Amino acid sequence: MAFFLETLFGGLMAGMLYSLVGLGFVLIFKASGVFNFAQGAMVLFAALAMARFAEWLPALTGLHNGALVALLAFALAAVLMGAVAWLVERLVLRHLVNQEGATLLMATLGIAYFLEGLGQALFGNDIYKIDIGMPKEPIFVLDSVFPGGVLINKEDLYAALIAALLVAALSLFFQKTSTGRALRAVADDHQAAQSIGIPLNRIWVIVWCVAGVVALVAGMIWGSKLGVQFSLATVALRALPVVILGGLTSVPGAILGGLIIGVGEKLSEVFLGPYVGGGIEIWFAYVLALGFLLVRPQGLFGEKIIDRV
Amino acid sequence: MFYRENGQFKTSYRADQQIFPIRQDRIAIALLLVLAFAVVPLLASDYLFRAILIPFLIIALAALGVNVLVGYCGQISLGSGAFMAVGAYGAYNFFVRIPGMPLITALILGGVCAMLFGMLFGLPSLRVKGLYLAVATLAAQFFSDWMFLRIKWFTNDSPSGSVSVNSLQVLGLPLEGAASKYWFCLSILVLMALLVKNLVRGAIGREWMAIRDMDVAAAVIGIRPMYAKLSAFAVSSFIIGIAGGLWGFVYLGAWEPAAFSVDQSFRLLFMVIIGGLGSVMGSFFGAAFIVVLPIALNQLLPWVGGWFGFAPSTTVVSHTELMVFGALIVWFLVVEPHGLAKLWSIGKQKMRLWPFPH
Amino acid sequence: MKPRSLVLAALALLSATTLTTSAWAQAKEQFFPLLSYRTGPYAPNGVPWANGKQDYIKLINARDGGINGVKLSFEECETGYATDRGVECYERLKSRPGVTLIDPQATGITFALTEKVTADKIPLITLGYGLSVAQDGMAFKWNFPLMGSYWTGADILIQHIGKKEGGLDKLKGKKIALVYHDSPFGKEPIPLLQERARMHGFELQMIPVTAPGVEQKAAWLQVRQSRPDFVLLWGWGVMNATALKEAQATGYPRDKMYGVWWAGAEPDVKDVGEGAKGYNALALNTSGQQPKVVQDILKHVHDKGQGTGPREEVGSVLYTRGLIIQMLSVEAVRRAQERFGKGKVMTGEQVRWGLENLALDQKRLDALGFSGVMRPLATSCADHMGSTWARVHTWDGAKWNFSSDFIEADEQILKPMVRAGADKYLADKKMTRRTPADCQS
Repeated sequence: MAFFLETLFGGLMAGMLYSLVGLGFVLIFKASGVFNFAQGAMVLFAALAMARFAEWLPALTGLHNGALVALLAFALAAVLMGAVAWLVERLVLRHLVNQEGATLLMATLGIAYFLEGLGQALFGNDIYKIDIGMPKEPIFVLDSVFPGGVLINKEDLYAALIAALLVAALSLFFQKTSTGRALRAVADDHQAAQSIGIPLNRIWVIVWCVAGVVALVAGMIWGSKLGVQFSLATVALRALPVVILGGLTSVPGAILGGLIIGVGEKLSEVFLGPYVGGGIEIWFAYVLALGFLLVRPQGLFGEKIIDRV
Repeated sequence: MFYRENGQFKTSYRADQQIFPIRQDRIAIALLLVLAFAVVPLLASDYLFRAILIPFLIIALAALGVNVLVGYCGQISLGSGAFMAVGAYGAYNFFVRIPGMPLITALILGGVCAMLFGMLFGLPSLRVKGLYLAVATLAAQFFSDWMFLRIKWFTNDSPSGSVSVNSLQVLGLPLEGAASKYWFCLSILVLMALLVKNLVRGAIGREWMAIRDMDVAAAVIGIRPMYAKLSAFAVSSFIIGIAGGLWGFVYLGAWEPAAFSVDQSFRLLFMVIIGGLGSVMGSFFGAAFIVVLPIALNQLLPWVGGWFGFAPSTTVVSHTELMVFGALIVWFLVVEPHGLAKLWSIGKQKMRLWPFPH
Repeated sequence: MKPRSLVLAALALLSATTLTTSAWAQAKEQFFPLLSYRTGPYAPNGVPWANGKQDYIKLINARDGGINGVKLSFEECETGYATDRGVECYERLKSRPGVTLIDPQATGITFALTEKVTADKIPLITLGYGLSVAQDGMAFKWNFPLMGSYWTGADILIQHIGKKEGGLDKLKGKKIALVYHDSPFGKEPIPLLQERARMHGFELQMIPVTAPGVEQKAAWLQVRQSRPDFVLLWGWGVMNATALKEAQATGYPRDKMYGVWWAGAEPDVKDVGEGAKGYNALALNTSGQQPKVVQDILKHVHDKGQGTGPREEVGSVLYTRGLIIQMLSVEAVRRAQERFGKGKVMTGEQVRWGLENLALDQKRLDALGFSGVMRPLATSCADHMGSTWARVHTWDGAKWNFSSDFIEADEQILKPMVRAGADKYLADKKMTRRTPADCQS
């Protein structure tokens, strides 16, 4: 039983980490109708930027306070992601207004390749460290109930809390602010939003900026866990079932989807895996998402796809 | 001036319904076939065959299959790598376990295995649409990755999970040299392209396109969505399966499941999007772009670097390659969002009017 | 504008691809194609390896003027650890004049090239990786798994663990988990481990980690649940660092973890630092900047500004392994020159003979500057491995320290397995064993 709880907690927290990456997808899709294939590359680029800035800052400015350096590196990386967002809007999105989904998908793919190449060219392709003071040792809870206690990864716990805070902030942003409303209007129909005076270009820059910062937070947390290296971009593939299960247009969906996928993945790998030789968690996550989709084809909280005939 | 259709009258339905009704088109295609079958083998080096032409032909075949599903039927699929894998391993098992199995039969049977696999994983398309379907088909991809690593029967119980084939023969002729492999792949490609072109011109193709454009309306006028979608998956996976068999048997020779990973799936989808959805020509353009361009950049960049007097390291070349590749994709899409095939057809339109402006 | 620029782009593409076919005319130099990966998830481990090889070639040219006057040349080709790119690199570089041999640096590419090198007559060296049954030189004429394979490595680890426990019989009833990279590379040691498990009565638990091994929480939760006495780590690239981090996060004692020689280098542990303290791994070679060959490289190559990588990397575990691989290649050429003509460029077949007749005793190793770096090695027609010894080293939080003597893999167990595997391979391919007469060619 204790082990089941450990796996459950582990799955919940892993799921939160996935939803952190998935949030970027949801944000951009919600606000510009584009499925951003470059999200993984953005996570990698942002994490590389932060890791390398944190490395270079002490040498350049003489600051050695770990927390201050990390904070400054984060801020600089966020500014860099803002610049990337502005450039993406200027050079790519502006020229592809109202094109089909497949074209925009392809364009984000081009951006992904470009960012991967640029990130590695600028920052290098070794494994880099992000040190935000996350604890590495586990904690054991409930040892009165279960002998030896139930293991919880402290780092994952903090990461899950950060993810929850971020999601709450984003939900408020979309629901309560006028910019958020404008973003939702743009997601609905670009031309209609333009016709009522919403400045499309600025909205897109804002949304890609926000997605960039979300990518930075995700990159920071994953980078702190795994080290910043090229495979960080592949974390996006683990987050895809999360967004489709939750619905591509729903922020709370991303969280709930993350929790379900995380738990499903870990429980299946640990309890079902040994019977079939192991290694099933990746496809199980997708099959689980697929199962949910068969019941609700637009994801748990996604907008129903309305076809006008 | 050269491309005018003036004076080309059709006097029978048969002539009217040809694939290439314009005489200039027929001449051009004939020349292209002569070039491909006769001229290129004389001029191309061994490297050009083995590293550029053969992979291009095989991937173009796979892209053709993906275009049937994504371009003509509108079902975005990211499971193409899995279909290639099933085709390759299926063909391998038939080839190795049944003594005396001819290569072509093994490949076709591999294609049939891929077809069944594709139809199974295409069932969600009946309920799920668009991007959601794309991600759902990734389930096929990752499942196939796992299946061929874990189930030892598929890899003939090899301890490492890697399989290999050698001494291939087609109709008694050994498939040893690069030129013979090239002809083999080219023949299969031409045959499949003809097959696909005729399918999409026929009733089933129109059904696919109707489903793609407005599937609710298509159902209303009597097209059965299940039949249309599953047949698209079937035909597409069959072609991709054969391409997978060729990739493993003819190009790689020895492979492991990682040769058909999710990167391959993404590459195939990108080929058809950038080549042009819903066009046979587009599959070839896209395949050429994605297969040849990285290699060309790899060679070109050090050469260009040489002009400026510095020899870039392989790391710099790889990174620049990625950046140029990404930038080129975006540029092409901005220039022509419907892909390279649309640029080609615009070119042809201009040719038909040239030298007149309209 | 649009059609014209497209035509220009197409012409540029065409010219670029035809450029590749222009051949250098003379075979004046011994050419080494260097397949490497400096990008992608395995780059942190691939880069020092590739740098070691390049630096050694530069050293031989700078210090010795080549091999008996024949200068060495090289060209690197980026494979990204992908099989199809590896095949493309091979095809591009195999027809250069003076091509010597191929070290693909990846097990997947090795499998793909094994068939091709037989037809193209270029030897394939796979030091410490690749096909384990290729040790049998009478079956695999062109494959050279020098200095060890995954079977010898797994065998040595079990012997070391047995020795630490007080005898291999003490392993009865214990549990050993293999956390492996889910690919042919990771699955290769399984047959030998199963054989040893059968012999000594320990339970072998196999836990695959899907490539590239970015997320391993479930695997390590399983480890935590089953509480094995030892964990063998068979990973490459980022999987190693992640495994150690996850081991730390689930509280599995690192000193009970034993990695293969590809999971025991600086990139794997320096990120984890103190968290990997006590982690053991196989070591085929030493590390450090003391050996004479490393000093020579610093003097002749790095001090002249010709160093391939950063100076701090010189002497690291994987860098030194790259040095060894290149040294063995150079020695094979030298040996071939002894028979086929000193001062001439050797062909692939001649180099193959050289690889098959390597005899590097301690004296020769000392002369080359490798004393203390590796053990003596001697290949033969039947034995393409040359040496089956390795040690275990342990990370103390800042550096690697040796924690065992040299252990030799047990031939009694390996020989029948290698023979059986080689026979099966030959039967599948409908090939026959080489005749002893063939050894003279």
